Amino acid sequence: MQKVFGRPEALADVPTHYCPGCTHGIIHRLIAEVIDELGVRERTVGISPVGCAVLAYDYFNCDFVEASHGRAPAVATGIKRASPNSVVFTYQGDGDLASIGAGEIVHAASRGERITVIFVNNAIYGMTGGQMAPTTLPGQKTTTSPRGRDPEVAGHPIRVCELLSSLSGAAYIARVSVTSPANVAKARRAVKKAFETQLEGRGFSLVEFLSTCPTNWGMTPVEALKWVDDKMAVYYPLGEYTRVPEVG
Amino acid sequence: MAGKVLMKGNEAVAEAAIMAGCRCFFGYPITPQNEIPEYMSRRMPEVGGVFLQAESEVAGSNMVYGAACAGARVMTTSSSPGISLMQEAISYMAGAELPCVVVNIVRGGPGLGGIQGAQSDYFQATKGGGHGDYHLLVFGPSTVQELVDLTMEAFDLADMYRNPVMILGDAILGQMMEPVEMRKRPPRADLPPKTWAATGAAGRPKNIITSLYLDPAKLEKHNLRLAEKHRRMAAEQVRYATHMTEDADVVLVAYGTTARIARAALDRARERGLRVGLFRPISLWPFPYEALAAATAGASHVLVVEMSLGQMVEDVRLALGDTKPVHFYGRTGGMSPSPREILDEIVKIVERGA
Amino acid sequence: MPKVVFNEERCKGCELCVTFCPRKVLTMAEHFNSKGFHPATITDEERCNSCTACARMCPEVAIEVYR
Repeated sequence: MQKVFGRPEALADVPTHYCPGCTHGIIHRLIAEVIDELGVRERTVGISPVGCAVLAYDYFNCDFVEASHGRAPAVATGIKRASPNSVVFTYQGDGDLASIGAGEIVHAASRGERITVIFVNNAIYGMTGGQMAPTTLPGQKTTTSPRGRDPEVAGHPIRVCELLSSLSGAAYIARVSVTSPANVAKARRAVKKAFETQLEGRGFSLVEFLSTCPTNWGMTPVEALKWVDDKMAVYYPLGEYTRVPEVG
Repeated sequence: MAGKVLMKGNEAVAEAAIMAGCRCFFGYPITPQNEIPEYMSRRMPEVGGVFLQAESEVAGSNMVYGAACAGARVMTTSSSPGISLMQEAISYMAGAELPCVVVNIVRGGPGLGGIQGAQSDYFQATKGGGHGDYHLLVFGPSTVQELVDLTMEAFDLADMYRNPVMILGDAILGQMMEPVEMRKRPPRADLPPKTWAATGAAGRPKNIITSLYLDPAKLEKHNLRLAEKHRRMAAEQVRYATHMTEDADVVLVAYGTTARIARAALDRARERGLRVGLFRPISLWPFPYEALAAATAGASHVLVVEMSLGQMVEDVRLALGDTKPVHFYGRTGGMSPSPREILDEIVKIVERGA
Repeated sequence: MPKVVFNEERCKGCELCVTFCPRKVLTMAEHFNSKGFHPATITDEERCNSCTACARMCPEVAIEVYR
């Protein structure tokens, strides 16, 4: 018998604090698998956000840095500019990236920073207990949109991939989900393409994961995955969003 | 650059950083310090360094955080409103023990304020503008030469203590030109290697750089460790200058540009037979409490002069208690006191005998 | 040598593996782990073809697969 599936080396063998069925765990594993496959663990520096993944540095076997809320792309810029040989990735939630950090992500992308951003969109603030996020869907109930998000009052959800793909510095932008083994496999390919974009120095790369929050959505983990397919993936279509950068 | 050159304060700060081995600069335009990022944008490429204009001071200060994590000698500069935006990152760098140099070319406040020189950021700089128990080494140069020397030394001190260091200048110092000697300054030989830096866990366990301690007992322990470091910084880095305080009846206390104006007032007072001295703090944190008490022991009055409505005066009162009256005279909003005005205050104090 | 090995202590009882096993050979055990979760387990080892679907869907990386 041969082991055909196990823990990647870049993923620490420790229990995580994530809620049962939360897909952060799958996303962490995919990143670690790609780091192993590309053989870059020893020069990778990860940046953890403020949010559920604030403890991500305990879960990876590579150097890690804690950024303040929303500033991971700026911290990553500082690290990459100071040591261009490092492989730098940020791991950010929707509050971190699309709310307080909206400025940083837009400018990191437009500068074409050679960093990779893993953006986990679960349409809610998880760590703080279920408040509305910039990606909360219209009508979606949260602790700060108790009657369902009303776009007239709280605006419309932000489609980050579409937003960033308009920027010339964005060399690879894709949106994926992990709602089935097939989608997990596709997501892994996207993460690999993103890291390769960085390694080849072609510019900024970002992979947006539609992710679940069973606890704050008030669903079972299986129902939550279905909700991603039925609701989120409709508002946030999966796919690659990189436009061929126009000349000049 | 051997010998003396005539340089504008802002450009001198930039060249001093480069001479001290700073190879990463992140900044943002804000008057009255624009010449610094402009100069860096020309010079950094010449020395194979990094110059990047960030999208905001918030982003810029977090890029500084990142470069410091990577072990680079890194600096940012701004002016009052921009420094306010950097406070969170500065608190994080103090908490994560990251070395960097931050230069504040202070302008009149609060709010948008003005663009002329002021000293109304003293509290923010020395009492902690960000959250949590932390301190920065804060120096107040009063000449372009001192601005250069202190900026250069700040990189060694930041690395030595693994703590941000702030240079508190002002628009006058930044905008004026003075002859300055620019000596290349290699890092101190006794600085420990940055084994803690996030450079990639090759052949070593991973490094984690964070200021997060969810367990309060661990966070308190971390704070106590930082406090011990701050005590060491305070014990080792007190700096000040005195002029004619030995026989002084009235001692002026002023730092930075204001100290030079106060010196002119002192000279005029002396011409009139008034025994006036000057005590000039150079380290604003740690504040020279004992030295001030000693230097004013023989004086019957102390007059604190600032380009603010009175901030350092509180530290002077802390130093002297009720041993003698501590008077204050200040101009603010970008106005600076004239020697005449200071002399009038001295005469009033002496005549009143209060 | 079993085809799938469950790290019962890491399982949080989310049932994603059970749901996505194409051959429906997984279920939640009767007993509890130390955290109070029913850990996932295999019912019919024979019908398992080590396709790794369960392991790929596990957020805790608690499943090893052998072929």
